[in-house]
Amino acid sequence: MAEPDLRVNLGGIKLQTPILAASGPYGSGLEYPKMAPCGALGAIIVKGISVDPWLGNPPPRLVETASGLLNSIGLQNPGLKFFVDHDLPALRKLGPKIIVNIIGRTVEEYAAVASELNGLPGVDGLEVNISCPNLKAGGMAFGTNPALTAEVVKAVRAKTVLPLLVKLTPNVTDIALIAKTAEEAGADVISLINTLSGMLIDIEKVEPVLGNAFGGLSGPAIMPVALKMVWQVAETVSVPILGMGGITSAEDALQFIMAGARAVALGSGLFYDPALPDKVKKGIAGYLQRRGISSLSLIEGSARKGDTNNEPC
Amino acid sequence: MRLLEALNRVSLGQYTLLEKEIIGSQYCRLVFLAPSVAGAAQPGQFVMIYPPNAGVQKILPRPFSIFAADRETGQLTVFFRIIGTGTALLSLSEPGTELKIMGPLGKGFPVPPAGSLLVAGGIGMAPLVFLAASVKVELNFIYGVANSEQFSCPLDYINQPNLVLHEVTEDGSRGELGSAVDLFRRLLPRAEAVFACGPRTMLEIVARDCLDSGVAAWVSLEERMACGIGACRGCAVMTKNGYQRVCSDGPVFPVEEVFFHGRT
Ligand SMILES: Cc1cc2nc3c(=O)[nH]c(=O)nc-3n(C[C@H](O)[C@H](O)[C@H](O)COP(=O)(O)OP(=O)(O)OC[C@H]3O[C@@H](n4cnc5c(N)ncnc54)[C@H](O)[C@@H]3O)c2cc1C
Ligand SMILES: Cc1cc2nc3c(=O)[nH]c(=O)nc-3n(C[C@H](O)[C@H](O)[C@H](O)COP(=O)(O)O)c2cc1C
Ligand code: FES
Repeated sequence: MAEPDLRVNLGGIKLQTPILAASGPYGSGLEYPKMAPCGALGAIIVKGISVDPWLGNPPPRLVETASGLLNSIGLQNPGLKFFVDHDLPALRKLGPKIIVNIIGRTVEEYAAVASELNGLPGVDGLEVNISCPNLKAGGMAFGTNPALTAEVVKAVRAKTVLPLLVKLTPNVTDIALIAKTAEEAGADVISLINTLSGMLIDIEKVEPVLGNAFGGLSGPAIMPVALKMVWQVAETVSVPILGMGGITSAEDALQFIMAGARAVALGSGLFYDPALPDKVKKGIAGYLQRRGISSLSLIEGSARKGDTNNEPC
Repeated sequence: MRLLEALNRVSLGQYTLLEKEIIGSQYCRLVFLAPSVAGAAQPGQFVMIYPPNAGVQKILPRPFSIFAADRETGQLTVFFRIIGTGTALLSLSEPGTELKIMGPLGKGFPVPPAGSLLVAGGIGMAPLVFLAASVKVELNFIYGVANSEQFSCPLDYINQPNLVLHEVTEDGSRGELGSAVDLFRRLLPRAEAVFACGPRTMLEIVARDCLDSGVAAWVSLEERMACGIGACRGCAVMTKNGYQRVCSDGPVFPVEEVFFHGRT
């Protein structure tokens, strides 16, 4: 059988493979390719970019947990100008499509980044990280409230013609409601999940381990949670889904596709294995080949056939 | 990509463990056949070693200073204290098995001038032993530990003709009685430059005294790491120039960059 077709169309972004690098773990996009080839990636989502540079949180910013890690990086980034002048020209030469993750403290800040990036050669799409705390709403994350979600997504939508991904936080009571709201406000793709809120305490020092006390949990530990949220959102929206959360193998990635994701992003999995993108690509192709399936798109949502809304307990 | 790899001289690969030595109850020395890492290694640089995964329990890679690197034989040695899950797992690996290693990583020490003082606190000796072995000029090497059991480094690694070794233990069970800091203060007036690695409290004193007396000094810092290559921003330390990454901007920093206002 011929090589299976792994190409997908993610909300207007035509990808050679359904494997993306998640925003944050993959850094500026320029560090990992020095270590491991990035040819297996359909797109790179660069670390969150804000109008002005953000300093980030005090250390320690990382701690390992059972099959995962907590981070409180605090969205440290060098700001829009540095990104455009310094990183973007180098990113364009890598090969994979480039999606810019955008962040802000106010709706206006998000809109400003979106507006500056619109039409810039080399930028293939925007991903709005709505997990940021909203300065004007007492630090409540935009993405935990439907009205704020709609407001920020509409503001960004008005400033860009680029394909728009909206990245959801899992720290909500009803992820489907937020996903639907984002879709109605103009999202072309729903990305999920961001990290789960958590903390650890050092019992010798009698204080939180992280400098910022709270952090975001990622890695294999969150994979089943992420998978279920993708499943739930796939039930609700008609735009494509970018699934992520704890993927460390082709088998994990295939589960996200079968749950209804069009493509997957690799985040913390890269820490355990910088060569993961290649392995996931080969593993997915091998699976399709073994089963005589000619194209990945044929199995999108395939596990959902008999799905019901019933949720035990 | 080949070109980029060659330029950066960092590699990610599976390397065979040639030799393992457990020293006392707490220390472990591992020797790998890793020619591409050993060939490019500079003193002060480190490697990420990926512990063998146990079923569903995935473990992040652990950073270790390069303790010795031999270009000719392609051997790479790390020396570590067994203190938790990752180091315990690594200490159980048997010669003949392959482990994934990425390196050499980070920015190392500059070349020490004759008359330099190397200050090692505990397992902080690891990068300094490699530094001492990399030059022929005369050096003073302070090796301070809590007690003789913590005196883990086999002497054949430090017994070099260019090196005057000063052993010091806090309980006096070996070498002089006292701390690395006491000896450091005595030897500082004769030091051309200072290179230090050890507990944060020791480094703070070394840094302050060197800044006060105008002696050039470099320290190797530690932070928890995830990627090890500058991508995740997880290993930040505050510096004169804002947050910098221990893994890629360091781990070696000039003291004036990281110990401004007397602390980090
Ligand atoms: C650049 C660099 C070079 C290093 N070189 C050496 C070396 O040559 N030899 C050596 O023995 N060790 C070295 N270390 C430290 C070594 O990486 C850690 O001891 C190791 O990762 C611990 O892993 P573990 O799974 O055994 O312990 P864990 O189970 O992860 O931790 C055990 C205990 O140590 C604490 N801890 C672990 N890592 C850190 C950290 N980075 N900072 C503060 N607390 C921590 C944990 O909170 C816990 O209390 C180096 C660290 C860095 C950053
Ligand atoms: C160190 C780190 C930094 C991150 N930074 C960002 C970010 O800047 N923007 C964003 O939308 N998500 C960020 N994330 C979230 C990841 O993109 C991803 O959604 C999450 O970690 C779950 O996937 P994983 O388990 O595969 O890592 C970050 C995650 C980590 C671990
Ligand atoms: S460990 Fe990721 S930036 Fe240093």
